[in-house]
Amino acid sequence: MAQVTRRKLLKLSGAGAVAAKTGGIAAILATGRAPAYAQTPTVHWIRWNDFVPASDQLLRRELLPECEKAIGVKVNLETVNGNDLQPRITSAIQSGAGPDLFMLFNNHPHLYAASAVDLSDIAEDIGKTQGGWYKVSSGNCNDGKKWLSMPFCIIGAMNAYRKSWFEEVGYSKYPETWDEFRDAGKKLKAKGHPIGQALGHSFGDPPTFAYPLMWSYGGNEVDESGKVIINSKETIESVKYMVALWKEACDEGGLAWDDSSNNRAFLSGTISSTLNGASIYIEAMRKPDQYKTEKGAALHTDILHAPLPKGPAGQFGMHTFESHLMPSYSKNQKAAKDFLRWMHTPANYEKWFNSQKGFATAPTADWEKSKMWEENPVMLPFKVAGRLGELPGRKGLPNARAGEVLSKYVIVDMYAKAVQGGTAEEAVAWAEGELKKVYV
Amino acid sequence: MTVSTAGTIRAAPQAPRSVPRRRLLEDERWLAFVLLVPTMVLLCLFIAYPFARGIILSVTDSRVGVPGTFVGAANFERIWNDGIFRQAVYNTFVYTGVTTVFKLGIGLWLALLLNRHFKGKAIVRAFILLPFIIPTVLSTFAWKWMFDPTFSVINWGLFQLGLIKRSINWLGDPDLAMFSIMVVNVWRGVPFFAISLLAGLQTISPELNEAAAIDGARPWQRFWHITWPLLLPVTMVVVLFSIIQTFADFQIVYVMTGGGPANATHLFATYAYQIGVGTGLLSQGAAISLAMFPILFLVVIVQLLYIRRVETR
Repeated sequence: MAQVTRRKLLKLSGAGAVAAKTGGIAAILATGRAPAYAQTPTVHWIRWNDFVPASDQLLRRELLPECEKAIGVKVNLETVNGNDLQPRITSAIQSGAGPDLFMLFNNHPHLYAASAVDLSDIAEDIGKTQGGWYKVSSGNCNDGKKWLSMPFCIIGAMNAYRKSWFEEVGYSKYPETWDEFRDAGKKLKAKGHPIGQALGHSFGDPPTFAYPLMWSYGGNEVDESGKVIINSKETIESVKYMVALWKEACDEGGLAWDDSSNNRAFLSGTISSTLNGASIYIEAMRKPDQYKTEKGAALHTDILHAPLPKGPAGQFGMHTFESHLMPSYSKNQKAAKDFLRWMHTPANYEKWFNSQKGFATAPTADWEKSKMWEENPVMLPFKVAGRLGELPGRKGLPNARAGEVLSKYVIVDMYAKAVQGGTAEEAVAWAEGELKKVYV
Repeated sequence: MTVSTAGTIRAAPQAPRSVPRRRLLEDERWLAFVLLVPTMVLLCLFIAYPFARGIILSVTDSRVGVPGTFVGAANFERIWNDGIFRQAVYNTFVYTGVTTVFKLGIGLWLALLLNRHFKGKAIVRAFILLPFIIPTVLSTFAWKWMFDPTFSVINWGLFQLGLIKRSINWLGDPDLAMFSIMVVNVWRGVPFFAISLLAGLQTISPELNEAAAIDGARPWQRFWHITWPLLLPVTMVVVLFSIIQTFADFQIVYVMTGGGPANATHLFATYAYQIGVGTGLLSQGAAISLAMFPILFLVVIVQLLYIRRVETR
């Protein structure tokens, strides 16, 4: 029987992975140093819980493992409620530790400009090769000095509506003006199918309704020089309109809604129309047996999409925008940049883009040519969302001040305050006061 | 010889070193200090440092990622002129005042009931604690669903009973939203009152009540002249603790309304969070938080004075 000496055991025990490089535990003991492994760089990526859950699954099960194989960067994806992203980045920046890549909405990256890594090199390359950035992409992510964050996608905000119910009240086409919208809503509410609009503190639906309504009446937060001009007869008119619309046509519970409430209300058949991303339609498509019309047909066959109506000053939209910011505290900046480049490579981005089925469109123009848009004509209105969206802070810049106003929900609250009671003039004067505190 | 000399030389310096150390620890003042050090370190790290940092932040114009410069009392001046802040102050007082009264009333009533002898007393006492045991965020989410504007089970129940024809907009109406968060706070806080007051009741000798009963005192008279005065010290401490907790409440409001609709239900803590952490205006958030301090400080002083008075009786 072969005798195993202590020395032999030590050598054997280190024989596996370590042996080739270090000569076993004996060598480690002899040198007094741990073996140097080629560690896979790891990137901590934080995003919202996508309203298209299939996309999060695709990332976790397919794309991120592929990324690790392709470029040797392991990405840990953490998903949180969209409304928790801002608190998370604030605490991460202040403590100097946290995720390496932060998804942010709209022009929020401007609020964190001092702590953002310059992503110009990647952004310039991607913009050039993919048809150029939309105005909303550069406005939300570039402060004129650098790319604060890497544009990722645009969630088109359109009215999802029940075709048959609108036809029942005499609208074979979706209302084109705010007056028609109010008239249709009044008739629909009388039939027990009000319009549903979120007007609470939530990142998506409330601002994407409130800002375009104000713009379409000719109201603006500031002028080109940044002077507060919100207290105008145009803004007051828009607020008066909202008060009347709310009482006559809307589900009044909307004051307490967040971005998911209107999805639930629409899918359960309690509202006839709501401004939303395409998540309602996509969910109805995914579960045709669960979501049905009162006549027993699959609900998705009765859903169409239309933009917000026109006002006296024109037709406007504001679409929820996603981008990724890399905080300067990140110790994995190279790996995170490599990952961003890999993710935005057309072959990889396309997989994610297709999984969204039109809920999100790309931040560059080339993706309008994607074959995905040919799959379903109901989703076509979302194709050009990137071309049509305006930015918070219009007519001025979508800068940190505009970001602060958006974060504080001043414009949303202006409408919500008037809807709760009080006069339109008081609500607008309050908003003016709040804006003047920001635009000092 | 050499070895022993060396040993003597080595031992010699040890003796004078250990003796004073032991002597020092024999001195009660030094021992107390040494024993207090870990607590002091913890207090400094987790209370004094954040508090000092909060004060420093509140006198700068710091925002997320930007250290800021000294601005004196500008942030306090700013929040003083802020309509939402004033609303939050008003809300906090109403929220604390109303809920404390109800928590005390219901808690005392429950404590008196639980102090009686009946079958299954232990199980009932355990159940009473449930709202206090369940993590607040989880139970508040359940309440949020119950008050949901579209799917409220409360509305459904009232509708089925024929008591309402239109759904009640619990969280969308400013007054009803305040009412709703107060209901949840009372539900959450009653067990603390009930169990603490029950503990107080059990320290009261039953003989006192029995003697009074023999003398012909009615139940209300026995409560008013015997139970209540003896329960008062415990009640005071429980009420003051509850005021401190309720005044700085965050979770219930954050989950139920997020301070809405249109900032109508903000309390100090939720508004400070929205401004400081949500929007990243750290200095203003710190100023809002610190505005709570004088009021809570006053409550703590009252509490300490009362406890001292009771102790010296």
